[in-house]
Amino acid sequence: MSSVLGGKIVYANQMPEGLIPAALADTTEAFQLEGKHPDLVVLNDRPWNVETPPHLLDDEVTTAETLFVRNNGIPPREIDLNTWTLTIEGESAKQSKTYSLQELKDKFKHYTYQLTIECGGNGRNEFNPPAKGNQWSTGAVGCPEWTGVRLKDVLEDVGIKDDAVYIGYYGRDVHISNDPDKVVISRGVPMHKALEDEALIAWAMNGEDLPLMNGYPLRLVFGGWPASTSGKWLSKIVIRNKVHDGPKMGGDSYRVPCKPVAPGSKVPDDQMCIIESMPVKSLITYPKTGAKIKEGRKLDIRGHAWAGDLSVQSVDYSIDFGASWQPCQLRKPKNRMAWQHFSAQLDFPEKGYYEVWARATDSEGQMQPMLVPGWNPKGYLNNACHRIAVMVE
Amino acid sequence: MIRKTTIPAALLFFAIAVLLSYCQQPENKRETEQEEDTVSVNASDSLDAATGLVIDDALPLVIGNCTACHSAKLITQNRASREGWKNMIVWMQETQKLWDLGENEDQILDYLAEHYAPEAEGRRKNLENIEWYDLK
Repeated sequence: MSSVLGGKIVYANQMPEGLIPAALADTTEAFQLEGKHPDLVVLNDRPWNVETPPHLLDDEVTTAETLFVRNNGIPPREIDLNTWTLTIEGESAKQSKTYSLQELKDKFKHYTYQLTIECGGNGRNEFNPPAKGNQWSTGAVGCPEWTGVRLKDVLEDVGIKDDAVYIGYYGRDVHISNDPDKVVISRGVPMHKALEDEALIAWAMNGEDLPLMNGYPLRLVFGGWPASTSGKWLSKIVIRNKVHDGPKMGGDSYRVPCKPVAPGSKVPDDQMCIIESMPVKSLITYPKTGAKIKEGRKLDIRGHAWAGDLSVQSVDYSIDFGASWQPCQLRKPKNRMAWQHFSAQLDFPEKGYYEVWARATDSEGQMQPMLVPGWNPKGYLNNACHRIAVMVE
Repeated sequence: MIRKTTIPAALLFFAIAVLLSYCQQPENKRETEQEEDTVSVNASDSLDAATGLVIDDALPLVIGNCTACHSAKLITQNRASREGWKNMIVWMQETQKLWDLGENEDQILDYLAEHYAPEAEGRRKNLENIEWYDLK
């Protein structure tokens, strides 16, 4: 930002997140989040919620500048790697133990996995009646490569009591009201998810420090589950003897009706269930929607498909609004819970307007719906087929 | 891409000091790219250049009460009935430290219900706002 202003911003580290400097407040240019691609779409700048257009997710491994941002609060303003600590405690921890970043790195074996993280509310903007919240379209998903230590190695070093049910995280982000005592978000996962090999306490993404907006210097990463379980700016993990009850674990937050409901229904709290593994989904990342091509030309398409804890067994495409489907080539995942790359070469029978639809099928045979799936109060889990527009001339 | 400007240090200090104090100030303003919105407001509405909110008599009340803590974008991208907006206000009061809106609440709710009401969408919309280009 300093380069834009033509001078260094003294005390820049104390600027409230999302503050547009007075000097820029009267420009007509869109403000850009530092370190992020200028074509990302800002849904909210206080707190930052920024999504990635599909064609910018074309990389096989999502880059730091194209990974979406879903902040609930304000990232910590002063971060000192030398004093940052992670504490493990809770009623089902055998002791309370605190590690410095260096201790974590020195004491435990490092692992690197490519893991898909997707916001539970990705696709919210298609639900009807509309759900409140950030109106994500398709871009709150990414699949970078994460490096850190296994959560289970750290939990076992502390000691897990037999009655452990769930873990919960706490981070150092600040509530947007600036109340220092208010916890922004504190979610978690059941023990079976916490103890899987790919559950990481990560400090690096694609071999670099985590971006500030994506949790620098430390975060959890749980592939395939709502990204809100993967706590950022991580400072504490609690091992619980019951389902974790931090902010955004109850009510409508990251929960959907246990049984299907009619659109617009009021659903009592005791009939809402926590979202766990995310549903099968895919994205066409090439070409960008709106492509015009000459008649007779073959069109190459490509993209990614993912399926929560499961893998994707096939991806098909349709150019006739779902009346018929043809298979795509599909590659195996780099590791469990990494998205898979698909591609196909399409022929169009004549000139005109077409939509290319992609539909993934998971390893248990579940397919993406062509329409928006079952309504829920907060607009989670829309995994309807992605569509791009093509004109043949 | 933003216009280069030099900035008096005193001005910046002042801005930072004011904003650090508490989030009671109306948010800083800039124009947003309206075509990025996933939803469109009535063509007849004129929009406030700074916030993107529809201009009418209640706008200052809305800016003063609703953009102290969060961006105006959270309003402009959402659609709800009067009751739905009321529920959001109650939720913010119960969990996010929003104050009692007092006698302004009715005017604010009228504004939101009029300008940001749900549209009947069916189960899926057509693809919209396609920017056509020649694929090389």
